[in-house]
Amino acid sequence: MIDVGTRPNVIAKNVHKHFGHVEVLKGIDFTVNRGDVVCLLGPSGSGKSTLLRCINHLETITEGSIEVGGEFVGYQRQGTSLSELHPRRVAKQRANIGMVFQQFNLFPHLTVMENLTIAPTMVRDMSAKESVESGNALLERMGLSTKAQEYPGQLSGGQQQRVAIARALMMKPTLMLFDEPTSALDPELVGEVLTAMKELALEGMTMIVVTHEIQFAREVADTVIFMDDGVIVERGEPKSVLGNPKEVRTQAFLSRVRVQMEKEQQSE
Amino acid sequence: MPLRHPWRLSAAGILIVALGGTIWSIAKNPNVEWSIVAHYFFSDLVVNGVLVTLYLTFIAMAIGIVGAVAIAVMRLSENPVLSSIAKFYIWFFRGTPVLIQIIFWGYIGALYPQVKLGIPFTHVTFWSTGSSAIITPMLAAILSLGLNEIAYSGEIIRGGISGVAKGQVEAAHSLGLTPTQTTRKIVLPQAMRIVVPPMGNEVLTMLKETALVSVIAGRDLMTAVQQIYSQNYQVIPLLVVAGIWYLILTSLLSYPQRLLERRYGRSRVSAMGSSGSRRLLLGFTGSKKAALSHD
Ligand SMILES: Nc1ncnc2c1ncn2[C@@H]1O[C@H](COP(=O)(O)OP(=O)(O)OP(=O)(O)O)[C@@H](O)[C@H]1O
Ligand SMILES: [Mg+2]
Repeated sequence: MIDVGTRPNVIAKNVHKHFGHVEVLKGIDFTVNRGDVVCLLGPSGSGKSTLLRCINHLETITEGSIEVGGEFVGYQRQGTSLSELHPRRVAKQRANIGMVFQQFNLFPHLTVMENLTIAPTMVRDMSAKESVESGNALLERMGLSTKAQEYPGQLSGGQQQRVAIARALMMKPTLMLFDEPTSALDPELVGEVLTAMKELALEGMTMIVVTHEIQFAREVADTVIFMDDGVIVERGEPKSVLGNPKEVRTQAFLSRVRVQMEKEQQSE
Repeated sequence: MPLRHPWRLSAAGILIVALGGTIWSIAKNPNVEWSIVAHYFFSDLVVNGVLVTLYLTFIAMAIGIVGAVAIAVMRLSENPVLSSIAKFYIWFFRGTPVLIQIIFWGYIGALYPQVKLGIPFTHVTFWSTGSSAIITPMLAAILSLGLNEIAYSGEIIRGGISGVAKGQVEAAHSLGLTPTQTTRKIVLPQAMRIVVPPMGNEVLTMLKETALVSVIAGRDLMTAVQQIYSQNYQVIPLLVVAGIWYLILTSLLSYPQRLLERRYGRSRVSAMGSSGSRRLLLGFTGSKKAALSHD
């Protein structure tokens, strides 16, 4: 059963998520094709991070299913129902899904190079030599070749975030998740991280990016999804969702973001 | 030039005089009898006591730390049975005086006169012996101090583990590290630098706490001097002997503690990563802006 053409890499069906009695995701459906970039927009608290974290099973979902690369993430089919996988199996799945966090989350007790090599050597049984080689190659690509032996605390935020991207890429993931990767950065440092992400997109990486960078979404995304209050309100090509939104909530959100951006530009 | 800190200087002067006077009065006090102090300072019984005290400290701390990691991990476990057991353990051992625990283990024979190896709830016994043959005063001392230490160190290590940012665990998980690998390679090393300073204090406390095992004749330094002064009634000189030895030992033991703190201090600088780099980053931003406005 090999089907040619675009096969979806991510399929989310009717995803619900509750924290206690609060329903944060209220039935999310979407697919992401191989090599596509999806940008996830929405106001604070709309459930973007939660959705992203469900995709690599950092959060468990309460209903529905999420498939990545043809496998249910964190669950296996047992008869008609799904049962949770053993943590070691979940870890194997996560190894194929890279994630970049708003706060970088580099390991402060390890050097930049050790940050890159720890997972491939422990999870993929890559030799130390091989992992350092591919680490150097990735640092070079990120323009950070001189930083290999430094500790994360010695780097600027933009450099840390590029190390974090390199760290995720070390695992040769088939999918990359970004949760507001530039929100903790000073405006001057946003560009270098967005550039690295753009290059990654051009190389054909499948990406889901939660971001408030409208310009980035316009240029890079194949699909823009606008979420509010745990549901997908609007989705489509960037030029329609961002340029000509149909839903009132999308329009309101975009004009708020625009006002915000203008304010920031004025204050600079 | 006027004195910058006249009060500080005169206070220091008064304190030096007071301290000197105290030392002088003790040194010259005929009741201390320094010749007796000197005589017993390196006596076999005392030196042996010093070695036992060191031995007890190390063994009890070793048991304490290994057990503490387990108790801390259990305490933080999502499994309610494990965390309840850990909670109960900590509650129990921290809630009763260690002196009672020492005496309890010393007199365990009164509670369980016989140790049996057999099939539970039946009369089948393969082997049995008197408890006192197994639980010697030394073992009782090790058990009581070690088990007690597990509870205290456990809380310290738990503090260290919960002090590690949640994002660290998530990042490790997102890279495909298993929970065990994450704990070993990411959480515990970072917990270490939170844990080292209070653990150093635990070692010093333990060293002094070993004196309590003299109540069950644990053959430590305190037991040794008590044994001597119960025969020759030279209580004060022998307490001075013990006191000086404890001072020497605690001073020696705080040296490795400082080394460890320095070793983990280095990564502490980088651990401030997010906030530290934030500052660095702002500085960088500022200078860049300045450079831009120059153009
Ligand atoms: N661990 C949790 N326990 C309880 N509630 C949570 C938890 N994590 C998130 N929530 C709640 O779920 C809702 C969605 O949160 P989420 O972080 O996914 O929003 P978001 O769209 O990423 O917002 P932001 O733009 O501020 O990052 C919020 O109301 C939040 O308070
Ligand atoms: Mg978020």
